[in-house]
Amino acid sequence: MAGSGTAHLREDALLRVQDLVVEFPSAGGRTVHAVSGVSFDVQEGETLGIVGESGCGKSTTGWAVMQLRRPTSGSVVFEGEELTSLRGQDLRRVRPRLQMIFQDPVSSLNPRRRIGDIVVEALRIWRRGNAAGQTEKVWEVLAAVGLDPDSVVSRRRHQFSGGQCQRISIARALVLDPKLVICDEPVSALDVSVQAQILNLLEDMKARYRLTLVFIAHDLAVVKNISDRVMVMYLGKVCEVGPAEAVYARPAHHYTSALLSAIPVADPGHERQPVPLVEGQLPSPIAPPSGCRFRTRCPAAQSRCSEEEPQVREVSSGHFTACHYPPIDPDVAAAVPQSAGKAR
Amino acid sequence: MRNTPVAADPVSLTDDAAADDSAPGDTGPLLQVDGLRTGFRSSEGTAWAVDDVSFQLEQGRTLGIVGESGSGKTMLARSIMGLLPRANIECSGQVLFRGLRLDQMQPSELRRIWGTEMSMVFQDPMTSLNPVVRVGRQITEVLRAHRRMTRSAADDAAVELMRSVRIPEPERRAREYPHQLSGGMRQRIGIAIALACGPRLLIADEPTTALDVTVQSQILDLLQQQQSERFMAMILVTHDLGVVAGRADDIAVMYAGQIVEQGPARSVFRTPRMPYTDALLRSIPRVDDPSHTRLAAIAGRPPALLDRPPGCRFAPRCPSAQDRCRQDAPPLVGGVDPGHRYRCWFPLGAEAEQAGPPGNAHDTVSGRVPMPSATT
Repeated sequence: MAGSGTAHLREDALLRVQDLVVEFPSAGGRTVHAVSGVSFDVQEGETLGIVGESGCGKSTTGWAVMQLRRPTSGSVVFEGEELTSLRGQDLRRVRPRLQMIFQDPVSSLNPRRRIGDIVVEALRIWRRGNAAGQTEKVWEVLAAVGLDPDSVVSRRRHQFSGGQCQRISIARALVLDPKLVICDEPVSALDVSVQAQILNLLEDMKARYRLTLVFIAHDLAVVKNISDRVMVMYLGKVCEVGPAEAVYARPAHHYTSALLSAIPVADPGHERQPVPLVEGQLPSPIAPPSGCRFRTRCPAAQSRCSEEEPQVREVSSGHFTACHYPPIDPDVAAAVPQSAGKAR
Repeated sequence: MRNTPVAADPVSLTDDAAADDSAPGDTGPLLQVDGLRTGFRSSEGTAWAVDDVSFQLEQGRTLGIVGESGSGKTMLARSIMGLLPRANIECSGQVLFRGLRLDQMQPSELRRIWGTEMSMVFQDPMTSLNPVVRVGRQITEVLRAHRRMTRSAADDAAVELMRSVRIPEPERRAREYPHQLSGGMRQRIGIAIALACGPRLLIADEPTTALDVTVQSQILDLLQQQQSERFMAMILVTHDLGVVAGRADDIAVMYAGQIVEQGPARSVFRTPRMPYTDALLRSIPRVDDPSHTRLAAIAGRPPALLDRPPGCRFAPRCPSAQDRCRQDAPPLVGGVDPGHRYRCWFPLGAEAEQAGPPGNAHDTVSGRVPMPSATT
């Protein structure tokens, strides 16, 4: 997927990530190409879902935006500030506005500290208000995430279930009134009934605290439920970006089509379609395929796909794909100039 | 276990699955579980992880056991297999497999049945395979122990099995170690091992939970195909209702150690009678729904093992619970649809049932039952 390009970026974004590259050294002097030239943006108040299978680079992307893992190259602009060039104190100054929620709610809480101390810590570090004001804020966010502050603050994480721990993590992320919250697989460790509670909670918190969310997950139905826009990734590249409804109703990338047909549907009357994927192993990010990285599993791959990397181009308003031969109406495809994405 | 010499087989169960139609129990169901209880002994009493579970499974059928974490589904699967440690575990009830009381068998007797008559596919193919033994050898081990095959015959059979579970280049792959294979390929090896001796019953415990969605559908298709080709019975244990829909003939929904609803898959999915099943179905986000659709979450969480409420165990979370639900435990009773049973004093769609023939009346396009009493 395979592709690069920045045709899909907009002007007035809160977060703008351009040509993000993250590489890790590997044994034998080789390089793992975890994220290779990914660009996306998020407007204020929007929820962007990033979806893909394990190893596609979606979590690495989230970590690189936070500068928890420094990008190899590329730019991350948040509220007009270039984060990749910030160091030390300057970077710490941005962090309160940029928070993260992690996948494993239990291990992301310190087992030896009381919940109240975990949640208040950021306020103490940033000297936000006096002690009374800090306590009031902690009480407010804990109540907002659906916990009883009086009974929660003096307990430790082992006394809580996974869903409750995730509520505490959310409270911790909200206590500094962030603008942008990056959620890295926040519900994948939870049971379905609890997953629904946390998804609803995130929607409520987004409205109440005017948040902008980047929601990273592998579950397509979960991503659709919470997102305004969705970006599909494969092996470190962007496949498709667009409004959630358009991407799911009219996928413009063969990988998205395959993912959608593989979703298990809880209805015995549902007619399952065979997943249109060439069988075989996922290529290694150490030696990714040439051209389009998806071509080795793509049912529609042609010779051009191995020679030329597809650039991101628009197929309908706000809906972009990085595919030479997108699975959409040929008339629509013909109307789109092939070079549309290359101009920038 | 596989290195233990197999004694002469008194019941001659081990040979060709198609043969010996006269074996005991072939007239009844393949597997019959009656009043099974499995618990952990603790200082505060026995915590019953599986509490009075009964069901039957016929040859060639697939049963989906669905439940959230802590519902007892994995303990149930392991109790049936006899895979639980003896220490600190308390067990009662009956597990009849082709007329044999599995629950009373000694480990040495079970060993003759494991692999040949019933086998298991585990959740995590990385930890269930031996990391320092080539995968081909892990398959031939079973064949050589149970089938007394020669090394070369077993090698050939292993390659054939790997081919049947659609592993590309099986000859080369057989010489690799588990860490050289992807998660999906490892799970295919796990399935090949489980199928090696042609079991009549395959228990798959969350076989795709560790896998990506595209790989998941391939593995489930493979299990289904092998199940029908070999006319095996299969128990598919999962937390994901989407995994069993369309793949299981019958569904059993577990909650707090009990089966709270069971029946033909279509009937359970289309007209759930127990509010828990209905709530579980509604809490799943659906790709067909528009973005930002409010999910029908179930408030609260399941009861702790040692602190289960009297009466219906779902009552504290149930939107339509009444006084009776909080006092008396509902039995598993049948409705109008044959084979469909549930534990509920006030089952959903009860009014419609009295008014006319059920099933069709509820068969809405979306697959959901209109549920006036229990929505909010």
